Amino acid sequence: MIVFLHDPLFGLTLTVGAYAIARGIHSRIRWLHPILSSSAIILIVLALLRFPIAEFQGEVGLLTTLLGPATVALGVPIYKHRRLIRERVASVLISVLAGSVTGICSAGALVLLTRGSHEVLLSILPKSVSSPIGIEISRSLGGTPELSVMFSVVTGVLGGVLGPAFLYRSGLRDPVSFGLAMGSAAHGFGTARSLQESETAGSFSALAMGLSGITTSLLFIPLYFWLG
Amino acid sequence: MRGFAILLGFGLAGVLLHDVLHVPLPGNVLGLLLFLGALFGKVVKLEWVEESANLLTGHLLLFFIPYVIGAAALIPLLGANAVSIVVGVVGSTFAVLWVTGTVAKKTAPKNKKEEQDDRLSA
Repeated sequence: MIVFLHDPLFGLTLTVGAYAIARGIHSRIRWLHPILSSSAIILIVLALLRFPIAEFQGEVGLLTTLLGPATVALGVPIYKHRRLIRERVASVLISVLAGSVTGICSAGALVLLTRGSHEVLLSILPKSVSSPIGIEISRSLGGTPELSVMFSVVTGVLGGVLGPAFLYRSGLRDPVSFGLAMGSAAHGFGTARSLQESETAGSFSALAMGLSGITTSLLFIPLYFWLG
Repeated sequence: MRGFAILLGFGLAGVLLHDVLHVPLPGNVLGLLLFLGALFGKVVKLEWVEESANLLTGHLLLFFIPYVIGAAALIPLLGANAVSIVVGVVGSTFAVLWVTGTVAKKTAPKNKKEEQDDRLSA
């Protein structure tokens, strides 16, 4: 095998390169979400080279590490919109709580209705929150953390890609409702998409993402005893 | 670079808080809470961090790509539960979008707020 492929720079170059190309494509083809095109480019290249995905993930560890400070950075849009947030604080808390309860109950009910396995049920419950929170909850419930990560990523991609059109059709166009819905349903992916919409939408999305992580973690405490 | 160092530091502090105190929230969310506390407490000035923060949040999607690749690798392994998973994930995602958005809209204070939103988002 060629040596340079095993240098972390290969994975980083491939990822950042695919991301840059995907943004370029997005400026021409608006409906093609960059997360889909960039992932497709990477998966095709990895498949052509017969490159193991586990090794690729090891090489791009720097990017997953930087997700930490990138999440911290969401404090800036939240802080800048503090006045509007303060005016809407009750509405924010009620809607995020309603969203968290809906996320847990609807995912659980749908899996039970379609006769999914117990393992899937326990792993899908925390899917609306970002994967680090989902992993913790899933582990405490007895689910499979790897499955939970996948559910939360698929949820994020789905919400980030199709969420805006759905919200527009449902008449939820104002930046506050839009951002809160995207952040509650699709965590970081929804927030990234909301920031493209407007800074107001992005700040409410970041707020909803953090709050739904907190409310969902709290809502699961009684579930541990009930399901445990 | 000062802004970047500050954001990294709060990220690290969040991880530390998670590990030491076993708070049931991930390190990055704890880091965000600490950072917000520092901004509101005027310990950190907005202008120190704004440029670095905008760079990171503007490319938030880039940091999710490794997770998407990892998730894509698991899809062929779903087998018998695939239908249940697709229905659960799709149904519940749209349910959360609709419920959160609708409740937010219905509970929004009513007095010229729409106008203000437009101005702020412009």
